[in-house]
Amino acid sequence: MTNKKPKETIEELGKDLAKEVLSNKPPIMDVPIRALSNVTFDRKTQTLQLGNKKLERNFFNAGHSKRFLQTLEVAAASKELLEVGKHTSLRDVFYMIKRTIPNTKINIVDEQTESDDAIEDLEVLTGLSREQLNINANKMGSVAGHVIVEDKGDELDWSKMGSGGWSIPSNVEEIKFKKVKAKYVIYMEKAAIWERLHEDKFWDKQNCIIMSSQGQTTRGIRRLLQRLSQEHKLPIYVLADFDPWGFYIYSVLKYGSINLAHMSESMTLSTARFLGITADDIEAYGLKKNLIALKEVDMKRLEQLQNYEWFKDNKNWQRQFKLMKTLKAKAEIQALSGRGISFITDKYLPEKIRKEDWID
Amino acid sequence: MTKPIAEELAKKQKDISVAEFFERNRHLLGFDNKRKALLTVVKEAVDNSLDACEEAKVLPEINIQIVEMGNDRYRISVEDNGPGIVKKQIPNIFAKLLYGSKFHTMKQARGQQGIGISAAVLYAQLTTGRPAKIWSRISPKDPAHYYELHIDTIKNEPEIIKDEEINWKKEHGVKIELDIDANYQKGDQSVDSYLKQTAIANPHATIIYTNPKAEQLIFPRASDKLPKEPTEIKPHPYGVELGIMLKMLKNTECRTLQSFLTQEFSRVGPGTAKEICDKAGLFTNMKPAELQLPHVEKLMEGIKNTKIIAPSTDCIVPIGEDLLEKGLRKEVSAEFYTAVTRSPDVYKGIPFVIEVALAYGGTQPADEPVRLLRFANRVPLLYQQGACASTKSIIQTNWRPYGLSQSQGSIPAGPLTLVISLVSVWPSFTSEAKEAIAHYPEIIKEMKLALQEAGRRLGSYVNKKRRVSDQQERVSIFENYIPEVADALSRLSGVGKEKLAEAMKKMLEKNKEYIQAHKEAHKVEKKDKKDKEEQVKLAGFEDDE
Repeated sequence: MTNKKPKETIEELGKDLAKEVLSNKPPIMDVPIRALSNVTFDRKTQTLQLGNKKLERNFFNAGHSKRFLQTLEVAAASKELLEVGKHTSLRDVFYMIKRTIPNTKINIVDEQTESDDAIEDLEVLTGLSREQLNINANKMGSVAGHVIVEDKGDELDWSKMGSGGWSIPSNVEEIKFKKVKAKYVIYMEKAAIWERLHEDKFWDKQNCIIMSSQGQTTRGIRRLLQRLSQEHKLPIYVLADFDPWGFYIYSVLKYGSINLAHMSESMTLSTARFLGITADDIEAYGLKKNLIALKEVDMKRLEQLQNYEWFKDNKNWQRQFKLMKTLKAKAEIQALSGRGISFITDKYLPEKIRKEDWID
Repeated sequence: MTKPIAEELAKKQKDISVAEFFERNRHLLGFDNKRKALLTVVKEAVDNSLDACEEAKVLPEINIQIVEMGNDRYRISVEDNGPGIVKKQIPNIFAKLLYGSKFHTMKQARGQQGIGISAAVLYAQLTTGRPAKIWSRISPKDPAHYYELHIDTIKNEPEIIKDEEINWKKEHGVKIELDIDANYQKGDQSVDSYLKQTAIANPHATIIYTNPKAEQLIFPRASDKLPKEPTEIKPHPYGVELGIMLKMLKNTECRTLQSFLTQEFSRVGPGTAKEICDKAGLFTNMKPAELQLPHVEKLMEGIKNTKIIAPSTDCIVPIGEDLLEKGLRKEVSAEFYTAVTRSPDVYKGIPFVIEVALAYGGTQPADEPVRLLRFANRVPLLYQQGACASTKSIIQTNWRPYGLSQSQGSIPAGPLTLVISLVSVWPSFTSEAKEAIAHYPEIIKEMKLALQEAGRRLGSYVNKKRRVSDQQERVSIFENYIPEVADALSRLSGVGKEKLAEAMKKMLEKNKEYIQAHKEAHKVEKKDKKDKEEQVKLAGFEDDE
């Protein structure tokens, strides 16, 4: 990350390119490659890191010109946002730059994935995060606990947000923690489970913070978890399905992802622990009758996980993978409901945490 | 004592009337349905006219008119400028089935069995009861004759209804007029399409056609050169089947087997004749007429085991690359034309030549199967495409290197018209209806070789065209992108938009090296894509929103 202001950094990108053009040189962007071939696992920091490989994106190369233009358009859009101090969503950016080039049938972007990719290009080019460029993702998470924060001048008490909890914004950089009274954070992949815990006032009984998203973990949530972990030294426990997806959610939280390898520092949670569901839970809590058979695609994903560099030498994880392979089955968190609606709140979670029964 | 059964049976044994014969064989003769009947009548008359003109060395000019008379009834008239027919022969040629000159010869011609035109006359008579009207004149010095003819369906003899001398402005030629039950439809198997294709394969002919919609279509000749006259050849031993051999032995005037073999066949000299007899275990001095069936079977075996040189092929007259291309050029509008004429080859002792032509591009639809035009001795084949050797050859040829798309086991797709023509002394068909060429390996091999040669020429044209258009496309991409890039860059840097656009335009014009080869750009994009795929594959999941 640079110390310069985002707006100046973007302007500099433009000025450098304009300079090349005016001195009769073809405008070229050197974009770090965001692909597996340029990502390494740094054992020291235990995170995925972007390498030094760069791709020359030359406007005067028929194969590059469109992507070149898309990146410029996104940069210009972001500069406007920064100038007026407004934030917008990924979808909005897509519409901001979407139009047809005169005299052609070519649209600058046809699908949102194209503008999303261009935004990621801009991130790696400038070293600025999407949030610093005033572009936000959709908010998709809830949180509850004995925490008071200040956001844009409003004071918010996470224990008094009603049945929906506080909905986590996509940009949490400006949030200030006023009071944090909790022993740990449980992050879960299922909103339904979060609602169960919230209704049972689990966070109050156990003095913790409960947080969820629907499916994939958004950047805002990852950043919020990181801040709670770093600024308040709270342990982070991950509650996910016993399946390759659930394991992967944990993997991304802890070690980072290929797409966001360029911002691993601000995203990864080296202290995160996988609380469950584990293979041993299935035995210990009698979940066998709620198993679901693995599909072929699940098996393939499992094999990929087994071969991740960060899991390769981890005996505990390799054991889990092996057990799942022998079981040939997966289990959802909801399987616990088979033992009673509040079994998870009253028995499973308190016991797991008390026994420190997690995987690191 | 009761009468022998044979005598009882004899009472029932009688001539089958030609009307009955026709009814039983109408599908073989091309009268399966009303639509096809219209085509067959026109086809028989036009084939005869073309054959006659060529034999008389006259450049054909054929006038065809079809008039709708209501109630599915049509009046067809076909008029040529051929040599005409002498008065005496007119009734036999038009009103007697199986009367003709071509059946007994081995010579490249359109018609063969002498059944076509009289069958058309019979069809007219059976469906409308109207007689055939014939005009004929053999020279300006001779009078023109007009006949109205029926066929006596019991005796298979002409029945003359009218026979008179008339004034006819034509110096020489024949005109036939028939009223038939028929059905006119446009499309691939229509008379319109048949005549258009005839014009392609007969570039020396002018065809004037008025269809039932009163639209006149003129197909002018593209060449003033008559095709060389095909020569008549004797049969080659390899091409003769047992039945024909028996007939030949019975009819020959030769007095020994040795002279029969040397005189009635081509490519058989005294040495070869002796070898055949030795291998067959027969004496060279046997009388042909005295050979019994077992002998003839031995003779066939002897022929099979004797090496006999292939028949001479100068009896074949292909259309020729130049004329075939001209013919195609005038009837199909496209961008690229080429034609290939192979050297003659032989199947079963019968010489043949394969020719292929193609017309690519223009307004032809790019995503439909290619249009195939098939010919046998210059006659278009409109039915049974799937069963034809030409279809098989096309499917077995790989068209992708030549710039067409093709899925496994099917005809390629693309803006292409493909002509495949077989010229032979005796074209072999899959059935008597003469609609599809038989699948002899020699014929398919020649077809494939001709298709490949034409395909290679097409491929080099298509690739060249693609290169040129790629270059243009690249330049135009940049021309369109420059104002956009200049605008975005100006907003970003504060530098004037016009200034940036001007600089980039100059670069585009002066320094073409900036425009990197498409290939290279493609490579980078591919690698990009591969990286991306690899990434997704490894991760196995989407993450981050």
